[in-house]
Amino acid sequence: MVYLTRKIEFSASHRYHNPAFSVEENKRIFGKCNNPHGHGHNYTLEVTIAGEPDPVTGMVLDLKQLKEILEREVMQRMDHRFLNYEVAELKDQIPTCENIARVIWKLLEPKITQGRLYKVRLYESPDLFAECYRDGAAG
Amino acid sequence: MSDELKMELGRRYRFAASHRLHSEKLSEEENCRIYGKCNNPYGHGHNYTVEVRVSGPVDPATGMIANLADLDAFVNREVVEAFDHKSFNEDMAEFREQVPTTENVCIEIFRRLKAFPKARLERVRVEETSNNAFEYAGNGIQDRRAIR
Repeated sequence: MVYLTRKIEFSASHRYHNPAFSVEENKRIFGKCNNPHGHGHNYTLEVTIAGEPDPVTGMVLDLKQLKEILEREVMQRMDHRFLNYEVAELKDQIPTCENIARVIWKLLEPKITQGRLYKVRLYESPDLFAECYRDGAAG
Repeated sequence: MSDELKMELGRRYRFAASHRLHSEKLSEEENCRIYGKCNNPYGHGHNYTVEVRVSGPVDPATGMIANLADLDAFVNREVVEAFDHKSFNEDMAEFREQVPTTENVCIEIFRRLKAFPKARLERVRVEETSNNAFEYAGNGIQDRRAIR
């Protein structure tokens, strides 16, 4: 099995706020991330595909194809957007690193037809990331 | 094989500290041969980076595995404050008996963070320099998924 990782970067803004919580609870739980007008990050996304190289092309999947999928599914949807208001998939969720990573997983998984989606890691900053994978997918 | 989507959160912390690699169980020559420059009597220091990985269900109300403020407070108290600007050999009881290699530092950090009450500790990675990194995922690592 070969693992192939492609990295992209996008910038977006977000705000943590749960309407079911009181003003005080939102402030206490989310701190600065609750600021009403939001704030932004430079996100780095690493997408890992697992598979056997095709005997003819030597590729797990064509990187150009992966690049196009990431452009269409992630960049066009999230880059330079306010995640709470402009990304339908995040509408009823707090756009934490965990939830964004999961949304990206769900967007990408059906589009990967050669190899399989193995891991999605999303950095909100160099010191904070969320990662998702299928529980049974041993490395 | 479970097909559930599993989620982990990774967070990086930093501290600076000194150590000397020297084992009482070895002769002076052996210490010198095995540890080389790291055996220099007065020790030397590194800027360490610690990557902490926790897992757990994402709380639908907060979108979080664990509140970062809780994780930061716990790691800062248990690790950063305890290790930062210390001489491991001289200042920490844990390293009186064992050599403060980064392997042992990594295991000690894992032991301290295992008690984090809000999520499951998956693994600890300690980078001693940008070229040397050590990871520990607790006992039974051979039964767990490979280091990724």
